[in-house]
Amino acid sequence: MKILRDIWLIFQHEAGLMMRNPTMIALSLAQPITYLILFAPFLKAAMVNQGVLSYADAYRVYVPGLFVAMGLFGGLFAGYGLLSALRAGVIDRCRVTPVSRTGILLGRALMQVALIEVQAIVITITALPFGLRVHLGDLLIAYVLLAMVILLSVSISYDIALLVRNENSLGVLVNTVGQPVSLLAGVLIPLALAPLWVQNVALWIPFSWATDGLRALFRGDLTDDVVWQGTAIVVVATVATVAWSSRLFNREIS
Amino acid sequence: MDSRPPAPAGDAGLTIVTPGLDRGELMIEAGGLRKTYRGSRGRKGAAVEAVRGVDFAVRTGEIFGFLGPNGAGKTTTLRMLATLVRPDGGHATIAGTDLLRASAQVRRHIGFVAQTSGTYAEATGRRELVLQARLHGSAKSDAQRLADQVIETFDLAEFVDRRIQTYSGGQRRRLDVALGVIHGPTVMFLDEPTAGLDPPSRTRMWQEVRRLRDRGMTIFLTTHYLDEADALCDRISIIDRGLIVAEGTPSDLKREISGDVVIVDMTAPGTAGVPDEAVLGDAAQLLAGQPYVQGVEPVGTTLRLYVDGAATAIPLVMRALIGAAIEPSAIETRRPSLDDVFLAKTGRALHDSPDLG
Repeated sequence: MKILRDIWLIFQHEAGLMMRNPTMIALSLAQPITYLILFAPFLKAAMVNQGVLSYADAYRVYVPGLFVAMGLFGGLFAGYGLLSALRAGVIDRCRVTPVSRTGILLGRALMQVALIEVQAIVITITALPFGLRVHLGDLLIAYVLLAMVILLSVSISYDIALLVRNENSLGVLVNTVGQPVSLLAGVLIPLALAPLWVQNVALWIPFSWATDGLRALFRGDLTDDVVWQGTAIVVVATVATVAWSSRLFNREIS
Repeated sequence: MDSRPPAPAGDAGLTIVTPGLDRGELMIEAGGLRKTYRGSRGRKGAAVEAVRGVDFAVRTGEIFGFLGPNGAGKTTTLRMLATLVRPDGGHATIAGTDLLRASAQVRRHIGFVAQTSGTYAEATGRRELVLQARLHGSAKSDAQRLADQVIETFDLAEFVDRRIQTYSGGQRRRLDVALGVIHGPTVMFLDEPTAGLDPPSRTRMWQEVRRLRDRGMTIFLTTHYLDEADALCDRISIIDRGLIVAEGTPSDLKREISGDVVIVDMTAPGTAGVPDEAVLGDAAQLLAGQPYVQGVEPVGTTLRLYVDGAATAIPLVMRALIGAAIEPSAIETRRPSLDDVFLAKTGRALHDSPDLG
C-alpha cells in the first residue's frame, strides 16, 4: 500500500536524522534512568502500607508509571518538531510531492514512538539488576500498549501545534495539559493514594487506564479486566486523535 | 493511484517529455484566483485579501515572473498554484490538469522551491535529494541515480555530502532548486529564487534557471527585484495589493512609458539630505505645469519627470526651477525601467512600497 511506503520513507528519514545527533539520544536516555534511580527509593518508603516491601515491588509499580510519564511528556513535546519543520519549509516540500499527507504526519509520529520505545527498553533493562521481573509476553504487550499511549500524546501535541501555530502557546498548553494528566494518570504517585473524587475524575483520562493496564501487566495479571479495558480505551482515544490531527494537517497549511 | 511520474531516461537527465504540449501553448492558465486570510484567533483580526482575483497565462517553455513588492500576493498566488493553499475562488489549469479537482495529479507535473529552503540543517544534501526522489515514487536505486544526476547538473559534488548547515547561501539555493527538479517536472515554481544571494550567486542562479527553460521546463517565479524580472523573465505580470496591474514582456512594458525619465534630486544643499517638504511640493507643482512634462511622480527625495526627450527637457527644467528660486542638487536622466512602469500603474515606486510582510 502506498501510504505504508510513504510512512516508512518519512520515518526512515526522520530516524536517520536522529541518529546523526548522538548527544540527543544520550540525553533522552539519561533522563528516565535518573528518575528510575532517584525516585524508586521514595516510592518504596512511601508505599510500605500498600505492601511495597522491596525494590522489586517498588519498580513493579514505578516502571509502568514511568513508561506512561515518558510517553505522555515525550509525546506532548513532539509538536515542537512539527512546528520547526513547518517553519523550515520541510513539510511544504513534502506536501508538493505525490506523497500521502497523512503519511507525512504518521511517519513523523511513529519516529517519536520508536524513540520513546527504545527509552522504555533501556529502562526495563536497567531495572532488571534491581530485581524487576516481568514475563516476556506481558512485557511485549506492555510495549504495544505504550506505543499507543505515545501515539496518543504525540497526536494531541500535533493537534495543539496545528491549532496554535506557535511555540510559546504550545509550551504553555502542553504544561497545562501534561501536569494534571500525569497526576491523574498516577504515573509517579499511584492513584491508590488519591482521594476518591480524584480517582473518579481519573476514570475519564485514557492515560490513567493505560497506567493501570501496564501495572497489571507488570504484576503478571494478564487476565485482569483492566488490561483489555485499558487497551481498548487507549486505542479508541488514539484513533480519534490521530484522525483529528490528520484532518487538521490535511486542511491547507499556510 | 500507482501511476508514477515517468523517470527521466538515460544520460539526458532532466529531459522533459510533455506529450501534446508544445512551446507556445499554455502551460498554466489562471482565472479569477482569490485568497482571503481570515484574521487569526477567531474573528478578532481583520481579514486580509491577499489575492483579489488574478488572471494570467503562462506559455509552455517560458520564464514567467510575478513582480511586486512584499505583501503584494506573489507568494500566495504561487502557493495556490503549487497546491499548498486552496483558493477561495477562481480556477486554474496546470499542464492541462485542473488545479482544484485534480491537485494530486497536478503534483506529478510540478516542482516547487519555496522561499525558505525546506531542508534540515543537520541533513546532508545527498540524503535530502534521495528522499525527494523517493517521495516522488522512485525506487531506492533509481533515487540514488537521480540524485547523482542533479548533483552533476547543478555542480553540487564538492559539498553535497556535508551537512547543509555548512553551505553558503548560494550552495543552499542550488540544492533547493536541485531538489525541486529531481523528478523532472514540466513546470517549476520558484519563490524569490535569488533573495538574499550575493551578486555572483545571483548570476549563477539566473544561468541555472535559463538552463532549465532551455531544457523545456516552464518556469513560474516571483521576485521583487526589478533587474531580475528584466533580465531573466520572458514575460512578467506586475502585481500590487492582490491585483495584476500590468502584463507583458519587460521591453513591451517599458515601451509603454514613452520617452525618457528625468530624475531631479531635491535634497537641499547643506541639510544633510533632508528635503524641504514645501519646496518639494512647489517644485512638483511647477514642473507638472510645464508643457513638455508628461507626468511628475515624487519618489522619496526626488521627483521623477516623464518627458519626450531628456536632452531638450533638462535645460528647460533647470530654467523653470531656477526661475522659481528652487535649486535642485542633481539632475539625471535614464531610459524607463520596470520601476517606472510600476510607478505609472500604482502611483508608488516599487522600492518605496510599504513592507506588508
